Amino acid sequence: QMHFLLLFSRQGKLRLQKWFLPLPERERKKIIKDMTTMVLARKPRTCNFLHWRDLKIVYKRYASLYFCCGLENQDNELLALEILHRYVELLDKYFGNVCELDIIFNFEKAYFILDEFLMGGEIQETSKQSIVKSIEASDMLQEMSMAFEGGRQTVFKSFL
Amino acid sequence: MSPSARLQEMIRVIRSARTQGEERGIIQRECADIRAQFRQGDNGVRSHSLAKLLYVHMLGYPAHFGQMECVRLIASPRYNEKRIGYLGAMMLLDEKQDASLLITNSIKNDLSHSSQYVQSLALCTLGCMGSAEMCRDLAPEIERLLRASNSYIKKKATLCAVHIIRKVPELGELFTPSARSLLSEKNHGVLHGAVVLITQLCERNPDTLAQFRKAVPELVQIMRSLVTSSYSPEHNIAGISDPFLQVRILRLLRILGHNNDSASEAMNDLLAQVATNTDSSKTAGSAVLYETVLTIMDINSESGLRVLAVNILGRFLLNNDRNIRYISMTSLQKIVQTDHNAVQRHRGTIVDCLKDQDTSVKRRALDLSLALVSAVNIRSMMKELLVFLSSCPPELRSQTASGIFNAAERYAPSKRWHIDTIMHVLTTAGGDVRDETVPNLIQLITATSELHCYTVHKLYRALLKDISQQSLVQVACWCIGEYGDLLLKGECDEIEPVEVTEDDVLDALETVLQSHMSSPATRGFALTATMKLSTRITDNVDRIRSIVSIYGSCIDLELQQRAVEYNALFKKYDHMRAAVLERMPVMDKNSPGHTNGDIGELIKESDTSKPKPAEMGFPSESASQVCDLLDLLGGPDTPGPAPASTAPTTTSSAGDLLDLLGGLEPTPVVPNLIVYEKNGLTLKLQCDRQTETDVTVTLVGSNSSLNDITNFTLQAAVPKSVQLQMKAPSDNVIPAQGLGQVTQTVLLNNPNKVSLKMRVRVSYSHQGTLCQDTVQIDSFPSDVLNCQPSFSPL
Repeated sequence: QMHFLLLFSRQGKLRLQKWFLPLPERERKKIIKDMTTMVLARKPRTCNFLHWRDLKIVYKRYASLYFCCGLENQDNELLALEILHRYVELLDKYFGNVCELDIIFNFEKAYFILDEFLMGGEIQETSKQSIVKSIEASDMLQEMSMAFEGGRQTVFKSFL
Repeated sequence: MSPSARLQEMIRVIRSARTQGEERGIIQRECADIRAQFRQGDNGVRSHSLAKLLYVHMLGYPAHFGQMECVRLIASPRYNEKRIGYLGAMMLLDEKQDASLLITNSIKNDLSHSSQYVQSLALCTLGCMGSAEMCRDLAPEIERLLRASNSYIKKKATLCAVHIIRKVPELGELFTPSARSLLSEKNHGVLHGAVVLITQLCERNPDTLAQFRKAVPELVQIMRSLVTSSYSPEHNIAGISDPFLQVRILRLLRILGHNNDSASEAMNDLLAQVATNTDSSKTAGSAVLYETVLTIMDINSESGLRVLAVNILGRFLLNNDRNIRYISMTSLQKIVQTDHNAVQRHRGTIVDCLKDQDTSVKRRALDLSLALVSAVNIRSMMKELLVFLSSCPPELRSQTASGIFNAAERYAPSKRWHIDTIMHVLTTAGGDVRDETVPNLIQLITATSELHCYTVHKLYRALLKDISQQSLVQVACWCIGEYGDLLLKGECDEIEPVEVTEDDVLDALETVLQSHMSSPATRGFALTATMKLSTRITDNVDRIRSIVSIYGSCIDLELQQRAVEYNALFKKYDHMRAAVLERMPVMDKNSPGHTNGDIGELIKESDTSKPKPAEMGFPSESASQVCDLLDLLGGPDTPGPAPASTAPTTTSSAGDLLDLLGGLEPTPVVPNLIVYEKNGLTLKLQCDRQTETDVTVTLVGSNSSLNDITNFTLQAAVPKSVQLQMKAPSDNVIPAQGLGQVTQTVLLNNPNKVSLKMRVRVSYSHQGTLCQDTVQIDSFPSDVLNCQPSFSPL
């Protein structure tokens, strides 16, 4: 089971935090601090795995963002790399050539996508297409429900 | 401006802040605004206000005032509000907050909502932050959804069930029946969830595990179809069909096959197939292969399969991808004990990884290399390890050094090699070795008497080159002190002879004494060594005398004390000097005189370090009741009790005369223990326990021979933490033929309750000859003493 998934920039600013275990706020802050320090200190061309306390840490850098997750001992690190990669692919599909700014200004969408892919630290769906379709449908539903707010006119899309 | 633009505008404004203070100001204003929005009630922009708050929260600012808003939004009928409300709940609420209970009802309702996307929100939130109580409440709902016809909902319900079982393991029973039937699903998402669920159930309940073993054939079938299936674009990653699912199935098979022959056999063929057919050129394939290897090693697989697995790991070692090399080494580390020979085959590659640039890889390679050292490969491995030591990163040095020492100790092909190796480590990384290294090396050197000459020459030369490595300098000084005469003789079998004069040696020692690089402990060693040389050299004794007297006024207290005592040895006790500074006897590792723990502690406290030889000098001056002058009980060539005769008579009390009547006293419950019997002299030991920590030991000597035993003295030594007080003996003559006895009482105080041991030295004259013997008492009559079984080296 994954314990947490963090996204942070090269300067150590947090862009997304997903916790799959209940932890007090103080503990979360500590973990974030430790992760950013450890990962940012890594030299290029070193392996993507670290040890921290009793967890295995897997991280990968995509452009200006570091994707970092904490795994239990029996989890497969190489597969975790694939999971991180799949998440990046999903973001890329959704935003079209995703960059850090997309995730900053649309952070809630990044969470919605993550919540279609992982749940409780485990993979929900292994098919990329399926997740993309679900997100599109949810977004549609959201736009429809907003269309009825305050009497504003909104473009009506035909829906499923 | 549309509401969501307001969110993005806020983000832009916050980001444009140039200082931390400016940002704080903006955040404060925004939060006030948000609070106002919340208070207004349903105004159509609540969801955006919450979204803003969530952003602020991610920056690290407090956001607890949004918790109730989450609850309200979740209860809203509008999807967009629910969506952000549930997200807020996952971010701001956890099971410790009271507000989390309030959403239970909303979740319950939403679980039966007509829109699957609303159901999905509820399931996701419950599966993320549901508390045990919420899980108990909603478990039946989840179980119902597990049997729904909609795979979108089924897969989410399955993972929600996993979360429930983690929180409330007893509910596992509720989900077991449905879990089994989920295995026949076609949808990969549901299948994946089902495998995860079954894994959870099996991990928590051995009965369930036994039940699910019957599912092994089904799992094997699913796996096989994945491996051999034709290209399916939906699930394909780098040529592997759904590696996520494959890995999970392999993991479940591992649990099911562990320690079970029939299950393991059923999966043998499949594992072989996966191992040989999976393409590992990309990470996805390697991930599957890695999991396969882990499974093979953990079940009762046949040996051919195990060899296949180790070979895969060996192949991984040669992979260009650093991650894969790292993975393979962690796996090899796990199996190096059980499949030692198979891993040995890859030793060469592993040793090469010591040269990798990445510290993590180096660390793994080091662990593995040390585990692979054996009697056969010790020489070549040590060469590699020593090369590694000279260039390894600082955080690995002390681990490498101690690993090398352990290996050398276990497999050294010859003593000389052993000593050379330790010296090499000390010269390269002397600062990183543990403190016990110095006494260990000293003990090794004394034990190898045939190499004393060689060793002292080598150490002397090392000392001349470099006096910065404290451990090396300490050992060198000690050896020069002990074996200085061999050094001066010049010739030596194993090493090129070099002329060394007495002045050269004294120069070297004085350099150490005066150098600012020498630690106080090292200087102590050097001073003592200089002193010892006074009996081993002939011409320059005066020089030594002057060195010693100079240090009599040294600022360092330890050195000053030593110097003063050595001075006294020159002046008042010159007749004893030769005896006191004689060659040390060979020390055994576990006998008194060499105590790994004790000497180690001594050296750690650098101001009290005093190698045992120096303590021999002055019992009268340092008359203390703690009598652990173990060296007094050294080998047979130490001269008679002259320096030690003052030791036993620390206190006397008139009452002890009564001990003569030892036999008439009420006998203690414990039987007498005969500890020594020779020449007609019998020594018996009796114990009395006074309190938890105090024991009175009575030693009774009797004489059954035809001649009197005269000059009878006893000395005793005990473990360091035990305190000893010897009363005066009743007499030092034991009349012949059992006509009388001598009794001596020893009071022991054992505050740490260590296991008691005692060494007793008996010396006496019998028929004109002087006899001396030492007896070690390892176990005291056990019904008296109720000590902790912890070992404390004597």
